[in-house]
Amino acid sequence: MADTTKSPSLEKQPMEYRPSFFKATMAIVQKDLSAEFRSRELLSAMLVFSMLVILIFNFALELDIKVRQSVTAGVLWTTFAFAGTLGLNRSMAVEKDRGCMDGLLLAPVDRAAIFFGKAISNLAFMLIVEAIVLPLYALLYNEVRIFQPSFLGVILLGSIGYIAVGTLLSAMSVQTRTRDVLLPILLFPVAVPVLLASVKASGGLLNNATFAEILVPLNLLIVYDVIFIAVAFMVFDFVVEE
Amino acid sequence: MQSKPIALTILDIVSIIVLGIASYLALVFAPTEAVMGDVQRVFYFHIGTAWVGLVGFVLAAVSGIAYLITKDMRWDRFEVAAVEVSTMFFFITIVLGSIWARPAWNTWWTWDPRLTTAAVTELIYIAYFMLRQGIEDPDKRARFGAVYALLGGLSAPITFMVIRLFRTIHPVVIGNQSAEAQGGFSMTPDMRTAFFFALFAFTIIFIDMMWHRIRLGGLQEKVEQLKLNVSI
Repeated sequence: MADTTKSPSLEKQPMEYRPSFFKATMAIVQKDLSAEFRSRELLSAMLVFSMLVILIFNFALELDIKVRQSVTAGVLWTTFAFAGTLGLNRSMAVEKDRGCMDGLLLAPVDRAAIFFGKAISNLAFMLIVEAIVLPLYALLYNEVRIFQPSFLGVILLGSIGYIAVGTLLSAMSVQTRTRDVLLPILLFPVAVPVLLASVKASGGLLNNATFAEILVPLNLLIVYDVIFIAVAFMVFDFVVEE
Repeated sequence: MQSKPIALTILDIVSIIVLGIASYLALVFAPTEAVMGDVQRVFYFHIGTAWVGLVGFVLAAVSGIAYLITKDMRWDRFEVAAVEVSTMFFFITIVLGSIWARPAWNTWWTWDPRLTTAAVTELIYIAYFMLRQGIEDPDKRARFGAVYALLGGLSAPITFMVIRLFRTIHPVVIGNQSAEAQGGFSMTPDMRTAFFFALFAFTIIFIDMMWHRIRLGGLQEKVEQLKLNVSI
């Protein structure tokens, strides 16, 4: 981290050093990831929680082979959505609690870079959790169809949309009185399209649907991702300004 | 203290009159539908309330954008009024729809795209009020409200498109009817009169309520100001 002081651009313009958008984003991602890999608070909580959700589903839905045929996608997406809110809440609460958010806002960088930085690190956490939960699920239920590339692609697209909205809304919910309970209430109704489209597309893939059949939910998923990343990017400024 | 404007009083009276006429047209004037019988009369008010409900949500999203651009508190009051009045009308739509669905579909509720979207939209706007309740600072409340109204307004149509992938039995009376729809019918001229008058009546009532709510928001703000002055 100390190397940044030696970067050539800094030496040239010591007074007006303004990191590029990409650099600022990556700095935030790096900060979040290194903090997380030292404490492992968030990832371990998300992982244990995911396993508990799957365990509960196993008994609540009696996940035998027939039931799994139709509900695997739904179980996985519910698990990811729940674990996702846990991570989103925590990742923003940490910034708020120790006044880090104020520090970030004071930094001479584009506010959108803060949004993208937080969103990318949140996405990274969610993908890490998924990367562990999916093989575990495959192992527990002998469900190797999970590993087809298109299924993983749908998981990625769905996670992107969910995290884009979730990062924006968690930045809002941590600033309210009812912070912890509010995020899921705000997030789930707005994220219904992304969850349903993902379930539809990934469920279709698991049941050997043709590409044409999953094209519509896939398109909607992409539309949702594009619209909500753009909107979150535009309105994030209004959410963090004091 | 400003007193109630005369135009608003007139609009109140007009609202009551048009509601009376719309009720007459829907309950007496319109012919009884051949297959479903009298329960079909719910349709006129069902569409009337749904129409103003949707208009209100669009208005809320638009005024949210307007607030974020101008930072004028009047837009915030407009937005709250739109969401609040629409949430109520939309709830009435759902209840009326259920009353109709029981005899027509033999169930109070089904996870049809329109019904699900209506339920999700209703939940979005309940969350909107919970969000606003949790914030004391009026500026922040207005900003967050505007952002959330915008997100809600964008996500509702996508929700509709996504759920349509599952299946639908909701009839479409105007426009193309889907093959699976149950309980559809075509309107006679008298039904059309009742239908369009109901739309008109609910638009007037909606404007009236919006006006009241915006005025109430202004008064609320004034009371808060006065309280602050007293405490200082």
